[in-house]
Amino acid sequence: MKIKSQKDFYSGVLFMVVGIGFAWGATRYEIGVGSNMGPGYFPFMLGVLIAALGVIITIKALIIKNEDGDKIGPWAWKPLAYILGANLAFGVLVGGLPSIRLPAAGLIAGIYILTLIASLASHAFKIRQAMILATILAVGSYLAFIVLLKLNISVWPAFITG
Amino acid sequence: MMDLISNLHLGFSVAITPMNVMYAFIGCFLGTLIGVLPGIGPVATIAMLLPVTYVLPPVSALIMMAGLYYGAQYGGSTTSILVNLPGEPSSVVTCIDGYQMARKGRAGPALTAAAMGSFFAGSVGVLVLAAFATPLTELAFKFGPSEYFSLMVLGLIGAVLLATGSLLKAIAMILLGLLLGVVGTDINSGVERFSLNIAELADGIGFVVIAMGIFGYGEIIGNLGQSKDKREVFTSKVHGLFPTKKDFKDMTPAVLRGTVVGCMLGILPGGGALLAAFAAYAIEKKVAMRTDEVPFGQGNIRGVASPESANNAGAQTSFIPLLTLGIPTNAVMALMVGAMTIHNIQPGPQVITNNPELFWGLIVSMWIGNLMLVILNLPLIAIWIKMLTVPYHFLYPAIVLFCAIGVYSTNNNTFDIWMVGIFGFIGYLFIKLGCEPAPLLLGFILGPMMEENLRRALLIADGDWWRAFMMRPLSATLLILVALLLLIVMLPGIKKKRKEALTG
Repeated sequence: MKIKSQKDFYSGVLFMVVGIGFAWGATRYEIGVGSNMGPGYFPFMLGVLIAALGVIITIKALIIKNEDGDKIGPWAWKPLAYILGANLAFGVLVGGLPSIRLPAAGLIAGIYILTLIASLASHAFKIRQAMILATILAVGSYLAFIVLLKLNISVWPAFITG
Repeated sequence: MMDLISNLHLGFSVAITPMNVMYAFIGCFLGTLIGVLPGIGPVATIAMLLPVTYVLPPVSALIMMAGLYYGAQYGGSTTSILVNLPGEPSSVVTCIDGYQMARKGRAGPALTAAAMGSFFAGSVGVLVLAAFATPLTELAFKFGPSEYFSLMVLGLIGAVLLATGSLLKAIAMILLGLLLGVVGTDINSGVERFSLNIAELADGIGFVVIAMGIFGYGEIIGNLGQSKDKREVFTSKVHGLFPTKKDFKDMTPAVLRGTVVGCMLGILPGGGALLAAFAAYAIEKKVAMRTDEVPFGQGNIRGVASPESANNAGAQTSFIPLLTLGIPTNAVMALMVGAMTIHNIQPGPQVITNNPELFWGLIVSMWIGNLMLVILNLPLIAIWIKMLTVPYHFLYPAIVLFCAIGVYSTNNNTFDIWMVGIFGFIGYLFIKLGCEPAPLLLGFILGPMMEENLRRALLIADGDWWRAFMMRPLSATLLILVALLLLIVMLPGIKKKRKEALTG
């Protein structure tokens, strides 16, 4: 059987998997009865409903004609990796990683690294421009978040401030 | 009537403090700014700036957020007219005639028509909101758990009727949202559900994390993945802001019609600004055309004035279900609920009695915000046009940064940063699979409330679903309405029309 709508087919499958997963997970909690709902009742019901909808969506994606096949298209791996990587790096730099005793490097370092990594996701990347942008963002964020809003974020690396 | 005046008086006394006027201004300014910038919608904007409002007193925080909301809305119409890019869905129809006007060198009158129409409609919307608030609140106090549950079902289903693409997928997204809302400690039994033994998940998933991940990161990745769009900005052609006498004659009745449509549709669950704009444009096309008018689709000023008035009126009146019943009807309202809970205000009918300053202050500040938009936007149009030319590769790293700082500052915990990354991935997955994320956010916000009301309703009815929901007239009416709505949308003829309207 040929898939008529790729997008719908895979979302249907996804809903089935997630629905079954949550419904199965919910059985580990007490389901209870309608007049006395246990913690598992509502999530179990939702999980089953989602899985059922997933089945219908998948079947429809196999049956109903669609001219262009409703293709998912290529994945934007590069932007995906850089944006999520920038986010990850920012978290590590601002919060540190206590599990491997990596101290926090502070907000300013985090901003520079985040801006550089995130900028790499674009075709129009130029290192000079990215550095200028990072500097503007660093100064602006310092003024807005630390001076004005007094957010409790360490600004400089731990080895400088002690 | 006297009540209304004294209430509005109370509102003015709260809203016109220098501090709150300033926050309304900041909200409108930032909202418009971000609404004008391409690639970031009002949901991401509000989510991004939400942490900023934590430090403010509750009234000021809500005033600022309301300003952000209609500022973003307004900024969206500016981009529709100038670059044919709707900043957000409710200005999609404005593109049709607004952009054509701009191409003919009449961007100025189009922008003014949008601004003045919006202001008028917004003012009426605020009055309607003020007038309806008290009686609806009284009605809301009569609601039991069954009625609330049915109302939420209606709200959620109503909200997805306009989702682009498959209705089934949209409903599945609601259910997924409800499930995500369940994660964390169950208030009733104390059991930690789906927390995977992660301490941070015991408190549930933060809605800021979901909103920023899906609407911020997800969208950025999606945008970067697309091939470059060619944008033509009609910057040089904006001179002479003022419409001609004939323009006024054409747009005045259109503004009035748009306002009425907007006020009515905004109140409906799931209505809000989007539906209002579409309906207003459809009606305007049906109204007899004078011989000297430009046809629709080629730059008719009525095609700008009416939907813009309607979406602004709808934006105001969509606050009615939220403020009186505590039920958000769209993703932005869902964020407002989140903001209120952060400030320890449980949205619902009790707000108006327990917190009248907040309630009436917010309502009056909406009107002030609308006034500000006119004052702010027409003279500053040159700045907004400049903003339009900022390249995307300077913008998106800044958006990523503000999201990251925003989520981190919420709890000062890097766990939230990891979570926002995960939801960024999920958001991109949704884009690739053509699943619209707004219903998920609505479901997420309503999840715990729905479960609690379902529990109580079934407890009262001794576990009998039929008795709980269909034997109570009000609840049954609401559910029959849901069934009717679903039936109507699934009718083949309407299905086709809906598809045409949504794909423009």
